[in-house]
Amino acid sequence: MGNKKINQLADGITEELTEELFEFAEFDEEEAQRAGYSNYSYWRSTWQVFIQNRVALFCLILVSLLVVFTIIQPYLPNQKLPTKIYIDEKTNMQLRNHPPDSEFWFGTNSIGQDLWSRIWSGTRTSLFIGLVVAIWEAVAGIAIGSLWGYVRVLDRPITEIYNVLDNIPVTIVLILMTYILRPSLSTIIMAMCITGWLGMARFVRNLIVIIRDREYNLASRCLGTPTRRIITRNLLPYLVSVIMLRMALAIPAAIGYEVFLTYIGLGLPVSIPSLGNLINEGRALMMVPSLRYQLIFPAVVLSVITISFYVMGNAFADAADPRNHV
Amino acid sequence: MLRYSLKRLAQSMVTLFIIITVVFLLLRLMPEEGYFGQAYEKLDEAQREAILTSMGLRDPIHIQLLKFYKSILSGDLGTSMIYRPKVPIAEILRAKIPYSLYFGLTAVLISLVAGVSLGIIMAKSKSKIWDKLGTGYIVFINAVPAAVYYLFIQLYVTDILKLPILFKPDNPSSWILPAISMSLGGTASYAMWMRRYMVDELNKDYVRLAKAKGLKSKAIMVRHVFRNAFVPMAQYLPSTLLYTISGSIYIESLYSIPGMGGLLVDVIQRQDNTVVQALVLIYSSIGIIGLFLGDILMALFDPRINLQKKGGAR
Repeated sequence: MGNKKINQLADGITEELTEELFEFAEFDEEEAQRAGYSNYSYWRSTWQVFIQNRVALFCLILVSLLVVFTIIQPYLPNQKLPTKIYIDEKTNMQLRNHPPDSEFWFGTNSIGQDLWSRIWSGTRTSLFIGLVVAIWEAVAGIAIGSLWGYVRVLDRPITEIYNVLDNIPVTIVLILMTYILRPSLSTIIMAMCITGWLGMARFVRNLIVIIRDREYNLASRCLGTPTRRIITRNLLPYLVSVIMLRMALAIPAAIGYEVFLTYIGLGLPVSIPSLGNLINEGRALMMVPSLRYQLIFPAVVLSVITISFYVMGNAFADAADPRNHV
Repeated sequence: MLRYSLKRLAQSMVTLFIIITVVFLLLRLMPEEGYFGQAYEKLDEAQREAILTSMGLRDPIHIQLLKFYKSILSGDLGTSMIYRPKVPIAEILRAKIPYSLYFGLTAVLISLVAGVSLGIIMAKSKSKIWDKLGTGYIVFINAVPAAVYYLFIQLYVTDILKLPILFKPDNPSSWILPAISMSLGGTASYAMWMRRYMVDELNKDYVRLAKAKGLKSKAIMVRHVFRNAFVPMAQYLPSTLLYTISGSIYIESLYSIPGMGGLLVDVIQRQDNTVVQALVLIYSSIGIIGLFLGDILMALFDPRINLQKKGGAR
């Protein structure tokens, strides 16, 4: 008897079904929200607020263009090699400290190398260092920092590991590494990665210690939320804005650190141009006013990179705060 | 809190022990040619051996370590080997630390006062003229490498203000510029973080409530927003203050100040092991104490922070 009824019902349904019902419905935001559904996506809203900031958008485009340009620059026509030493045809000497002209756009340095190609090659090296170190810093720093701050059992051991690693002078590590491995790009990146995450981890840890015992986390703990979920859902979203600002500064900071390492004589070998090398070479010639272009050109490129990242970081941090979303 | 502090400090002693042992062993891995510097070529094999033996570097490693621990426990930092041969390290440090401490503390003080107030002003007038001017300053300081703007200050400002280019201990006007140059970076970073934390804090609901119940905006700023915004910065305050004794490598070499800046890098490069070990011992004690005091300070500023383990916590 039951079967009969079902068949009847099914017949009734098939009669009412028409082609129209199988067409895709147009998405209507208002209709959707009436049913309590919102298509709000955190990152999309952040992005929307971010691109409303014209200056930040301009910086983003500028940095993208700069990255693209440093990559394609060696393949453009009429480019010189960054490490080739040019000889003056008249005197048969190295073309030392040649002022900028149509042949050498940014002039030559004290041993006759083309500064224009050195700057772009150096920017490439420095951006690469900055990017690798900053990404590593973000991944390791945030992961370790949030565990350090939130999980009390880990507080002591990680504090002690931090103290040990933070207090072994980087200079010793660098000297030993260059002694064992030869100075190269990978050596300097490794040395910077060994200690680079420490600052970020301590930073994240401090912020998490501040909010870990707030009531909403206590409530989550009482409900038995797993630690991983508390960290990714309760704690980190709360800190997105400050972490973003700090990350935006990580790339310029890594580049600046490379400048410092070059200054104390532990940077890259002179055969690999980097912004650190170039600025140091320029600094040595600061006292001669006509040669100051050798400091100013690399310093300007470095400043453009840093300013762009800072402005973007701040705009992104503002945009990342959901309270600023529409 | 007291029990927590004692426990943590006791643990720090173990950390300190690990650090100095690791550094001691790392130093023994350094290339042997490094101990002779320029003189390496001139000496023959036997002379080199004699020098290394006299430095105690030919002893078995555990004997060297035991000797090192013994001298530290008796409070003796040892004597320098290469940097200033046969001079007690304590004497070298006693001459250098006051300079770095003076400049460092002045710089931290200036940057703390200037930076925090700049940050507050910027957060208060967000996206108005003060905010933009302040941002301009922060961007400039962060963008131009410190090594470059220090140099420009030394070149031009000394000229404009008729201040001496090099540091002389008995000339008070030569103390001004180094201290101010050193504070520029700190000012920028304090202002930047102060503004960031204030802006984040100002967006919160309790500020709206405080406004709604008619609190004056100054009272909200000082009693609520500032206090909450300063907590994350408080953690760094003790270490910043303590680390001032390490000096600034750029400033001290530019103005030829006989301070601590660059001493560590210098002795590491010249492989004066005893001085390196002494400095690592001092700096790591400072680092550990700084981190610990930072935690305590943070908990004092914000009573909601609890450093101890309690029931139900993870």
